[in-house]
Amino acid sequence: MTGILKIAYRLLVNDRGKFAALLLGVTFSVFLMVQQTSMFAGMMRKASATVTNTGAKVWVMDRAVTNVASSIPMPDFMQDAARSLKGVKFAVPFYSGVGLARLQDGTYQAVSIIGLDDSSLFGRPELVEGNIEDIYAENGFVVVRDVEFSKLQSPKLGTSFEINDNRGVIVGIAKVPASGLFGIPTLYTTFSRAIQYIPSLRSTVSYILIEPSSADAIPGIKSEVNRLGYDALTQDEFIARIADFYKYHTGMGTNILIMTAISFIVGLSISAQTFYTFVLENLDKFGALKAMGAKGRELVYMLLFQAGITAVAGYGLGLGLCAVLIAAARLRVPDYASVITFGNLGLAFGMVLAIAAISSYIAVRRVLRIEPFDIFRG
Amino acid sequence: MNAIEARDLSKWFGEGQARTTAVQNVAFDARFQEMLFIVGPSGSGKTTLLSMISGILRPNQGTVKIREQDIWGLPADKLADMRLNTVGFVFQDYHLFPKLTTVENVAVPLILKRRQWDQAIKEALQALERVGLTPRANLPPQKLSGGEQQRVAIARAIVSKPEILVFDEPTASLDGDTGRKIVEFVKREILNAQRCILIVTHDDRIFEFADRMIRMEDGRIVNIEKGQGHA
Repeated sequence: MTGILKIAYRLLVNDRGKFAALLLGVTFSVFLMVQQTSMFAGMMRKASATVTNTGAKVWVMDRAVTNVASSIPMPDFMQDAARSLKGVKFAVPFYSGVGLARLQDGTYQAVSIIGLDDSSLFGRPELVEGNIEDIYAENGFVVVRDVEFSKLQSPKLGTSFEINDNRGVIVGIAKVPASGLFGIPTLYTTFSRAIQYIPSLRSTVSYILIEPSSADAIPGIKSEVNRLGYDALTQDEFIARIADFYKYHTGMGTNILIMTAISFIVGLSISAQTFYTFVLENLDKFGALKAMGAKGRELVYMLLFQAGITAVAGYGLGLGLCAVLIAAARLRVPDYASVITFGNLGLAFGMVLAIAAISSYIAVRRVLRIEPFDIFRG
Repeated sequence: MNAIEARDLSKWFGEGQARTTAVQNVAFDARFQEMLFIVGPSGSGKTTLLSMISGILRPNQGTVKIREQDIWGLPADKLADMRLNTVGFVFQDYHLFPKLTTVENVAVPLILKRRQWDQAIKEALQALERVGLTPRANLPPQKLSGGEQQRVAIARAIVSKPEILVFDEPTASLDGDTGRKIVEFVKREILNAQRCILIVTHDDRIFEFADRMIRMEDGRIVNIEKGQGHA
């Protein structure tokens, strides 16, 4: 069998023009599919940045919350209720909001403000400059050094600014695994200062972060919180809810889906047409092989092998091209929202296999129909 | 034992008023060490007859026996195996793979017989040596002349040592002198006591090499005669 596949391989790669066209089709298709889906994955990662950066195992929130940025404040008693649940090691309040900072030169800049529990500072970021205790100092804020950092005019320790006519001072500079989706800088402070500086409703707690005593306790906690009229989600569940929101309620998911489908169709069109032309040009040779004694299934193996080689090579090239593009984009935009996940890879691979299967199916039908007698008749 | 026994062979295409009879009630034998020509004008049924004899076109009626085995009674896979092991084809347009080298083209039947690649190439080189094309082994077929391509096709047909060799219009794409030389070469070098060669042609310049000639007209055999090449 390997000999036949070797012939198939040589027939394919020695026809450089056709092989290049086939590779181009699949590569382009894979590139577009991976690029689109990785961009979406990147945006989803950013949309869930607060959740992943905080690292809480369970998040308690209003049932109507669809994403981390649109929190609905809960009454303070929920914090006490959460603390008293069975299986809860500790529960702390968490504030997430947006404010307007007036910088030293008088310009204004929107900022994301995270308020951490005053006593534990649970969910605090890793500091690269300053001491975390200084967050308790008067007007203390920790700024995240990410790509948005320069929008605050690259503050240093001691740099001051204003939020709602309240003075703020940078007491620490931190780094976080992921920065946010909306392109604004992030400031951390204590929960009490956050609700003092940012205009709040009567209820002030955006989320309650729960540390369960064990993983087994989580279902019970969820059920109890649910009974109180709120949702308790694990980190993964919250990230999934955020992703669902962007996928199904913003049009973003639909657009990505359409682009991915178009990429698939483009790849399929180019590949199927080129592969069919390749087979048509070699049809008499396949007929001659049949006349010589090749069985139908052997010809099918040859075609599937050729389609498979093209698919795998195109997949690799497309993936490589996408990785190069993302790397190049990050040279200019360090926080470029694109990430290649195993899910992207799997989806693209599945679609490439579909392209190969459909292309070879059309070719196989044609080859199986050819009669060796036609070769004699010319 | 005859190499081939064809009895009452008929083939028609289409049905009803569109039915065309290509071959009608043909019967003949072919022997080993015989170069048998099937001649006749275009449309007389030569190629259809050759196709039925070599196992690539099922007759509507009649039997074909090769070494006393009824080939059309075989299941499809066995029939393909029979063609692979027993029949060598030299097509009118050669049908060489342009993207394979000459030696790889010759090795194709051996590859189909599941021979290891290196072994197949080795045997293909020996076959090329027989047709005098060793120096051309690594060239693609389109770099060869028409006569050389014909010899490559012959090497491919004989590489697996088949008992039956069928040639379809072997001189149609060649000039007269080259055509004669090729058929002369085949008669001298390829024909042997374990082999029968069938040649379909209407080129009377090569009739001199025939041991016997079957003349066809309108799908029927009108005459079977001894050829000038009969020893």
